[in-house]
Amino acid sequence: MTITEIGASRTRKEDQRLITGRSRYTDNMVLPGMLHLALLRSPFAHATITAINVDEAKKSPGVTMVLTGRDIADEQGSIPSAWPVIPDQKATPYLPMAVDRVAYAGEIVACVIARTAAAARDALDLIDVDYEELPVVLDLEEAMTDAALTHPELGTNLSAKWIFDSATAGTGTDVAEALANSDVVVERTYYQQRLIPAFMEPRSTVVDPTGDQITVWSATQVPHILRLMISLALSIPESKVRVIAPDVGGGFGGKLAVTAEEFITLIASRHVGKPCKYTETRTESLMGAHHGRAQVQRIKVSATKDGIVTGLDVNLLADMGAYLGVITAGVPILGAFMYNAIYKFPAYRFECNNLFTNKVPTGAYRGAGRPEATFAIERVMDDLAAELKMDPIELRRKNWIKHEEFPFTTVAGLEYDSGNYEAATDKALAEFGYEALRAEQKARRDSGDRVQLGIGVSTYTEMCGLAPSRVLGSLDYAAGGWENAQVRVLPTGNVEVVTGISPHGQGHETSFSQIVADRLGVPFDNVEILHGDTQVAQKGMDTYGSRSLVVGGMAVVAAADKVIEKAKTVAAHVLEANRDDIEFSAGRFGVKGTDQGMTLGEIAFAVFSAHNLPDGFEPSLDSDATFDPVNFNFPHGTHLAAMEVDTETGQVTLRSYVCVDDIGNVINPLLVDGQVHGGLAQGISQALFEEAVYDDAGTLVTGSFVDYLIPSAADLPSFTTDRTVTPALTNALGVKGVGEAGTIASTPAIVNGVLDAIRQFGVSDILMPCSPSRVWKTLQEARSGGGRHAESSSPESAGSTPQATGNI
Amino acid sequence: MIPVAFDYSAPTTLQEALSLLAEAGDDGKIMAGGQSLIPVLKLRLAAPSRVIDLGKIDSLRGVREDGDMLVIGAMTPHHEVANNPLVAQYAGLIAKATRTVADPQIRHRGTFGGALVHADPAGDLPAPALALEAEFVVTGPGGTRTIPAAEFFVDLFTTAVSEDEILTEVRIPKKAGWICDYQKFTRVAQQWSIVGVAAAIRMEGDVIAEARVALTNMGSVPIRVTAVEQALVGRAREEDAIAEATAAVADGTRPPSDINGDADYRKHLAAVLTKRAILGATSADPSGGSRR
Repeated sequence: MTITEIGASRTRKEDQRLITGRSRYTDNMVLPGMLHLALLRSPFAHATITAINVDEAKKSPGVTMVLTGRDIADEQGSIPSAWPVIPDQKATPYLPMAVDRVAYAGEIVACVIARTAAAARDALDLIDVDYEELPVVLDLEEAMTDAALTHPELGTNLSAKWIFDSATAGTGTDVAEALANSDVVVERTYYQQRLIPAFMEPRSTVVDPTGDQITVWSATQVPHILRLMISLALSIPESKVRVIAPDVGGGFGGKLAVTAEEFITLIASRHVGKPCKYTETRTESLMGAHHGRAQVQRIKVSATKDGIVTGLDVNLLADMGAYLGVITAGVPILGAFMYNAIYKFPAYRFECNNLFTNKVPTGAYRGAGRPEATFAIERVMDDLAAELKMDPIELRRKNWIKHEEFPFTTVAGLEYDSGNYEAATDKALAEFGYEALRAEQKARRDSGDRVQLGIGVSTYTEMCGLAPSRVLGSLDYAAGGWENAQVRVLPTGNVEVVTGISPHGQGHETSFSQIVADRLGVPFDNVEILHGDTQVAQKGMDTYGSRSLVVGGMAVVAAADKVIEKAKTVAAHVLEANRDDIEFSAGRFGVKGTDQGMTLGEIAFAVFSAHNLPDGFEPSLDSDATFDPVNFNFPHGTHLAAMEVDTETGQVTLRSYVCVDDIGNVINPLLVDGQVHGGLAQGISQALFEEAVYDDAGTLVTGSFVDYLIPSAADLPSFTTDRTVTPALTNALGVKGVGEAGTIASTPAIVNGVLDAIRQFGVSDILMPCSPSRVWKTLQEARSGGGRHAESSSPESAGSTPQATGNI
Repeated sequence: MIPVAFDYSAPTTLQEALSLLAEAGDDGKIMAGGQSLIPVLKLRLAAPSRVIDLGKIDSLRGVREDGDMLVIGAMTPHHEVANNPLVAQYAGLIAKATRTVADPQIRHRGTFGGALVHADPAGDLPAPALALEAEFVVTGPGGTRTIPAAEFFVDLFTTAVSEDEILTEVRIPKKAGWICDYQKFTRVAQQWSIVGVAAAIRMEGDVIAEARVALTNMGSVPIRVTAVEQALVGRAREEDAIAEATAAVADGTRPPSDINGDADYRKHLAAVLTKRAILGATSADPSGGSRR
């Protein structure tokens, strides 16, 4: 193999079609005779449906059919939960369309099918639904008391309690003992607000039921999972379902879902016998697509007086929303293995309480479980440093795994193969100008400057590359974590690569082409990456969890290597040489010690014509490979944020941001920078801007981008991104995932920076997002009461605005 | 996001527009750029049977001088207002505030008059218009009349323009030599004002000779604060002196509480921003420039 492509900052080959609009998203699909759906959604968070009258809607011009939940009750199945985290998990069926009762505002209660989208929308206003309102469960701490019930028939809001204890698991010692026998114990409650993935392309589905096979186009991250779930839930033979994810405009985990809208579009199309399309509005997307985060994190950490951590106890309340989607229940559990982060904690206990509330279900959102864990541990390490009056970097150095200690088995039971936290941290500190900023911070404090400076630290790691199938099995996830690839060598020597991952903005057509170009020695432009159609890529586990390169890319490598082996046999035969004397380099199969050789293209044509092949040789170079990783991989890095806090208004400004990530070897630095920049923006946005706010009745207040704040380039500084390279030892390319690293690392860096600026006033905690009003109120409280830790961490007192009503 | 069906007209003269409006009666709606109207229609918060687009009436567009007055045509896009040298020279406050409106796309589509008649309490143009004592010229079946700014903003999304009238131009007394600032407080760049403060002052030597101050989003209509204007007169632009004069700027106001801040926080912000506007006032750079 000659390396010319790997490591090159190629611009994305998919961009030309995307930027010029010569592309197809699901909503662009127009099929002959296609009808359009509009969905009626409940305005109430919890109510009994006592009557639905659709008579007027049926008479509305252009309307073909109106369906209610009762009409399709026998055929709609339920959205499967593929991750029952404990054997006796409690749940109620997640019906695509409500029949008797709605459990969140936005739940679908009726569907209009009409000749145009406008006619369908008009008819929605003519449907009359009678509701009887029921008590709502909105707050996690209240949900835990079962005073009101999300689903009365379950008798409790607790879906599952999941526990990991290092003493029981044999990976560490007892936490209670550590907490009782340590010099210092820091106890904190952190709130992960609800977030909305807010992908750019709203969800859209087109279903064609005509012919022998049902074809589903959907704006999804997971065409393969969707195909399987449709088959299982709706009892349609899998071979009769084809799912196509055409170009998909972002997902961030929000399209790692099997949705009510997809099922309803499919059922509706079968009722009318014609293709049907449903495309959600932005408001429907914000209120109806799954949300992320939404946890209460109760953390206790114990340490010696010189800063050696002795134990960590984590107790979570995790918001499932009203129903369990495909992976809803498992998301907080993914965090269980990450609370110990880069540190050598001797004792660890994790308990997660999965709770139902009358809100839209939660699910994966960029990082899924790991940002929550990283936030809590990086926050509490800063709080511990403050308690011990120690520099936060110094405290981390005392506790992290040293580079010579890898491989390292953590207290959570994972084996970290490699890492170098010292190198990444030293590089970040130098580029950030840590000492100079500390000096400026002191000067501003001493002079009582209106604008105070804070330095936020986050030294993260994450587990990515979901996932070794055996590990998923041990966590009771229904499926495996392998990935499939096929390499097809065309007679001209062009190469088609089929991958089971399903890119939706990441740039895999480019990065995978680079890998294959180097591996097979063919020009970059001669490689085509095919994906996202279950009839083309019939096997796959799709794209999420920073898995595409480290699992999918490895499958591509394995498939390419099989092609090389076949090609060597053909080359030896044609060149009349011993197979062991065939050397493959830079796309040429040469005979050792001679100038004889063949290119892959020449071999491909020889195989195509099949006139002169070895006896018994199957005339094909094509290959198929499935790769199941032996371990996760563990990107890490050090992120530093300089935060300015205007103490007069509470306005927080991110002045500079330096991150040094270690993601092992890099295929395309430009794509990596893009992933890091986008990830940082999303993580910073959780810290400063975003929050899904519900009112006391359970109605989403942030139902448009007027209220759900998404930052633009104008709101962020120019990031300094750099890398150290410690190759992963668990895959041949030495690569690690990078899709979520920026999001995971940045949120605590920002909040730690805000606190570092205002801790001097007696503030020890602040809620996210750190809005100006919240920062100002927190400062006011601290100034009037002095050091009001408990109060300032409680949502009720952090501001008298609706966002602070405890609707976490 | 599909509006209720409506008829659309794009007249080329004001007279034609007025007769279409008269014909449609209560069910007619004027579109002056559509940057607020289209979302309102798509959200089905309004369902007019006829939308009358003023975009093709050239006479309503442009900036000119008329003696002591600066005249801005109602259909002049924000982008033109923000970059017009006459506006920068004689009504710098309008130029500065306009540069903070929404984003570049909206500033090329949305219009000065449209934004004023929409009268969103969080909109950035009503307060400067009030502070500068603008006059609003409207034409209807009964002819043309001029409404002073103090009477123009009636309530939330409501102005003194009758349903059968159209705003044609806004006349602003020239304020050459004044310096100004518009302080817009938001959480992200593209957001409605949480609070905004419009201030213009005329200096004589080192002291303030005259001042105009009005507030955005501190109530259902923009609020002019004459008590603070008077308190500022005779003061030097030094922080303590200005803070003292502006501290009570929010007295008696009843600002909204929402997810971006409660009423107390808004009152606090109004005082801080007023102080900053007075201290930071400068002439408007006639070459315009975009915010941030």
